[in-house]
Amino acid sequence: MLDRLSFPQPWLSLILFTTWQFLSEGISGASVVMGLLLAWLIPQITRGFWPERPAFIKPWRMPMYLLILLWDIVVASFSVARLILSPRKPRPVFVSYPLQVEHPLAISILASTISLTPGTVSADVSDDQKLLLIHTLDAEDDQSVIDAIHNRYEKPLLEMFR
Amino acid sequence: MMTIALYATIAMVTLAALLNVYRLIKGPDAPDRVLALDTLYVNAIALIILLSITLGTRMYLESALLLAVMGFVGTVAMAKYLKRGSVIE
Amino acid sequence: MSTFVEYAISALLVIGGAFTLIGAIGLARLPDFFTRLHGPTKATTLGVGAIMLSSVVYFSSAGHGIGISEILITVFLLMTAPVSANMLAKAAMHMGVKPMENTRGNPWEQ
Repeated sequence: MLDRLSFPQPWLSLILFTTWQFLSEGISGASVVMGLLLAWLIPQITRGFWPERPAFIKPWRMPMYLLILLWDIVVASFSVARLILSPRKPRPVFVSYPLQVEHPLAISILASTISLTPGTVSADVSDDQKLLLIHTLDAEDDQSVIDAIHNRYEKPLLEMFR
Repeated sequence: MMTIALYATIAMVTLAALLNVYRLIKGPDAPDRVLALDTLYVNAIALIILLSITLGTRMYLESALLLAVMGFVGTVAMAKYLKRGSVIE
Repeated sequence: MSTFVEYAISALLVIGGAFTLIGAIGLARLPDFFTRLHGPTKATTLGVGAIMLSSVVYFSSAGHGIGISEILITVFLLMTAPVSANMLAKAAMHMGVKPMENTRGNPWEQ
């Protein structure tokens, strides 16, 4: 009975609790109780869906990564906007990107990053999690896309995850 | 100054919603229509925010939050239906 | 409200509206499904983010405090836009939607 009362994912519970405090109008006794209840209940229910405990080595690098990402999203939107408004036809490419990160969470972060940055959308991951299919809106050649993603986004992720 | 910008923005977002409706009607494939619906709900969130700035009240932001959550769930459900033929297996 | 704040809010609003419109133009005029996927995921997300930011500035300068729900909506949209784009791309590849004719490379299906 007592082990049922534990928090299997402390970080998820903390995020859920803080989000609930933000959502409710002002922190009160009721919102704290409800937040604790949700922070306990949701990880318990979704326990089966989480593959394993995420293996962060250097979590303090995450804010820097997110800042770079935010800046890139702004730049990406400008370049995509220019492409959309220019009359010439885009030259789309499907690129198969060889993944070096292995952790599932790292792969999903990388895929989301790719979707939000210049002219690329990640479309699929192969079953053995070695290849990532990327659709590029406008590119000269495949190798430059792969190199750009590897140097800018995958290297910091490789350092952060085991 | 701000009122002009506000009305100009409302006009632009409404035009964007109309373009989405054009894509929604034209298709040609089912994923195009789902994508148009997805963009349409994001535009609806923008319109709600603009409405709440126009009226000077923060009441409507709760509905924008709800719309963000529900729209995402709807898009994922429709994409999954297109891929697998059923939403809950 | 000072003039500077007013100008900042106006600029953010117009930028946000312009990006939302550009995303919709991309959705309407790009030639095939996979290229259309690019407009909404980037331009529209940033546009709504800028409008949201202007709302935060407006309400905090009007003395309502910092708006947490706007920030939550923006974070939520930034997290969900790539996921729904990915699901839609998978669905389109499964249904065999044809990419435009000068696309290099092939979408693989497993």
